[in-house]
Amino acid sequence: MGQALDVHRLQFAFTITFHYIFPQLTMGLALLLVYLKTKALRTGDEHYNRAARFWARIFGINFALGVVTGIPMEFQFGTNWAAFSKTAGGVIGQTLAMEGVFSFFLESSFLGLFLFGEKKLGRIGHWVAGFLVFLGSWLSGYLIVATDAWMQHPIGYRIGTNGAIELSSFWDLLLNQWALWQYAHTMLGAVQTGCFVMAGVGAFYLLTKRDAFYGRTFVRAGVLVGAIAALLQLFPTGDIQGKLVANNQQPTLAAMEGLFESQEGAPLAILGQPDVEKRKLDNPLEVPEMLSFLTYRQWRAHVKGLSDFPQEEWPDQIPLLYYSYHVMVGLGTIFIGVMVLASLLLWRGRLYESRAMLWTLMVCVPLPYIANTAGWMTAELGRQPWLIYGLMRTANGISPRVAAGNAWFTLIGFMGMYTVLGILWLFLIYREIELGPEPGNRPAGEDAAILAAD
Amino acid sequence: MGTIWFWLVAIMIVIYVLLDGFDLGAGAIHLFVAKTDDERRQVLASIGPVWDGNEVWLVAAGGTLYFAFPVLYASAFSGFYLPLMIVLWLLILRGASIEFRNHIKSAVWDPLWDFLFCASSLLLAVFFGAALGNVVRGVPLDASGYFFEPLWTNFRLGDETGILDWYTILVGVLALLALVMHGGLWVRLKTRGAVGERACRLASKTWWLVTALTGLVTALTFQIQPQVKENFTTRPWAFVFPMLAMAGLAGVRWFMARGDERRTFFASCAYLAGMLTSVVFGVYPMVLPARNPAYSLTVTTAKAADYGLKIGLAWWILGIILAAGYSAYVYRSFAGKVVVDKDAHGYGD
Repeated sequence: MGQALDVHRLQFAFTITFHYIFPQLTMGLALLLVYLKTKALRTGDEHYNRAARFWARIFGINFALGVVTGIPMEFQFGTNWAAFSKTAGGVIGQTLAMEGVFSFFLESSFLGLFLFGEKKLGRIGHWVAGFLVFLGSWLSGYLIVATDAWMQHPIGYRIGTNGAIELSSFWDLLLNQWALWQYAHTMLGAVQTGCFVMAGVGAFYLLTKRDAFYGRTFVRAGVLVGAIAALLQLFPTGDIQGKLVANNQQPTLAAMEGLFESQEGAPLAILGQPDVEKRKLDNPLEVPEMLSFLTYRQWRAHVKGLSDFPQEEWPDQIPLLYYSYHVMVGLGTIFIGVMVLASLLLWRGRLYESRAMLWTLMVCVPLPYIANTAGWMTAELGRQPWLIYGLMRTANGISPRVAAGNAWFTLIGFMGMYTVLGILWLFLIYREIELGPEPGNRPAGEDAAILAAD
Repeated sequence: MGTIWFWLVAIMIVIYVLLDGFDLGAGAIHLFVAKTDDERRQVLASIGPVWDGNEVWLVAAGGTLYFAFPVLYASAFSGFYLPLMIVLWLLILRGASIEFRNHIKSAVWDPLWDFLFCASSLLLAVFFGAALGNVVRGVPLDASGYFFEPLWTNFRLGDETGILDWYTILVGVLALLALVMHGGLWVRLKTRGAVGERACRLASKTWWLVTALTGLVTALTFQIQPQVKENFTTRPWAFVFPMLAMAGLAGVRWFMARGDERRTFFASCAYLAGMLTSVVFGVYPMVLPARNPAYSLTVTTAKAADYGLKIGLAWWILGIILAAGYSAYVYRSFAGKVVVDKDAHGYGD
């Protein structure tokens, strides 16, 4: 610890983890906002418009934080990972630049209109603005995932005369099979964050016996959309992601599963702590032959363990990778249970009175954030020791002239600043929830509208 | 291909400076022209729906620079590590100030964010100017294609330069003054009453300083970066760029005297565009001049491979047409002077 490489990695990990708190909610909420606006348009019930405004305020705070913490991500490719950028910028610069040009303009323009221009745009115009914000944020998600997918599974490139990696097929980069499945999986994760937050706030209103109409609307929307997303998260998207890893990143699969020795009929570890030195799992709780079945659909299939690969090809943080993966899968399973059970209660007409279920929905709110973070950690730690899988090692990607001391300086700066932002974020979001969707509760003079005359 | 992308990136940067320039300028003068809460809300309202979109031009220009000139992006961003990180922190503070301020009305909440908004805008203008100064002056690139500059060394020009030396500070001050004028004219255009009048008076006074410093910095630049002199002597047609800046400067005075708020603001745009294009033309074909000219990065050595650049041209043109369309629509929707309305977000209930 303390080498420049470690500090650069830590800074990227810290800043991206904090950043992703915000987009996962805004991407999920964008979909639910379109749902609420559609309801308002079809039923003509003003409650849905108020509900949409309430969530738009929460969206706005999260969006602003997503923007300001997102710019450092783009910059850090150059500031901290200069050697990587120099080598691969001609390829991944494509998707990153497209994100700026195609999605950020769309998102920011129409979010301004969505937040400040409801009167001016009219009912249909406002729906369209909301839809375009949704479109922009989901497009942005795709282009970022496509960038990461290329680093996970590089295709459509050639090595140029100066040693740089050049793009050779634009469509391969854009329609990378890895990107398509990773995108579906990532977005379903974001939708679940949006659903759990919406259902959790709804449950809070129902449990505290206030804003009952909104409470029911939020719980219903969150639970129905959330149940579908939770199921699709496991199958097919999670399943196919697993197969892609099994086929293309074999040491990663072994490390994720804590499988040190190759075997036929490999078990699936539910619990157990990997001991990398002794190459074994402590106190393993395993389902026999399950890993072979899940990976190859055959109970006796041969699965390669870490011992089959030279140690320099192993991911360098095996325990962390193993736990991230297990936390992600474990939470994903819990989400299916919670959301499906809540849907059944909803169908039987008992959800709004079931205090136990409402409590569960409310306390689950932080969990999808943890699951999404663990999922990304699985993807990125699993890619190690490669920065671009099979092409460039992480250690070779850092900026050669930025000393560890300067990287520490900025890492500490980010930590301080993000701590303050995090506290403000929680404070402001709690305050919005406390004020609630009914317009009468707001103190005079707050959130004054900005309208242009003339 | 390299030259085409050189100008496309330059255009994006110019648009960024024209647009985000006025909201940075409005921020820099925020505390000085707006005294009451109502006045401060007017200043914020004048940039509220657009500042975020303006900042997207920075992100999009950065992305385009990355994709078209990866070698430059790697070298410049890692070399300017410290000032860029400080710029990021300032952008975060500034975005948070604008977003958070109007959420709560309290005697200790608004003044804090007003102060941070003003201070971060002010410092950003200086840092952007200093960054431009660094590019013009040249950086200590060596054979590896990398460099690293501390924030300052001895404030002198030479081989061991820091980000800040007397020349780059001077450019930073000029940038701040130019944006104060630009932002002042924007506030004048978008607001009524005392705020607009104060902003106009401030812009009018700043004009003299901008004019004086423009002359001084231009003269110094011709001394410090020999390429500038060479480019303008071999291609005299390029004097249209500095002429545009001069015309803009004169136009600000002329239209201001006639009370034409729109044209005064557009004249200020012309000044900024003229100055930036002059600089960009002056360093071409270099994209990052080195103190030792042999190591300078040029459009040919820094560009990505041609296949990607050609593909990029297709989607870039499409994307920018769309972006220009949205921007035009947003500006039209929020055209006219702002009024601070008390009903929440103007929803009407």
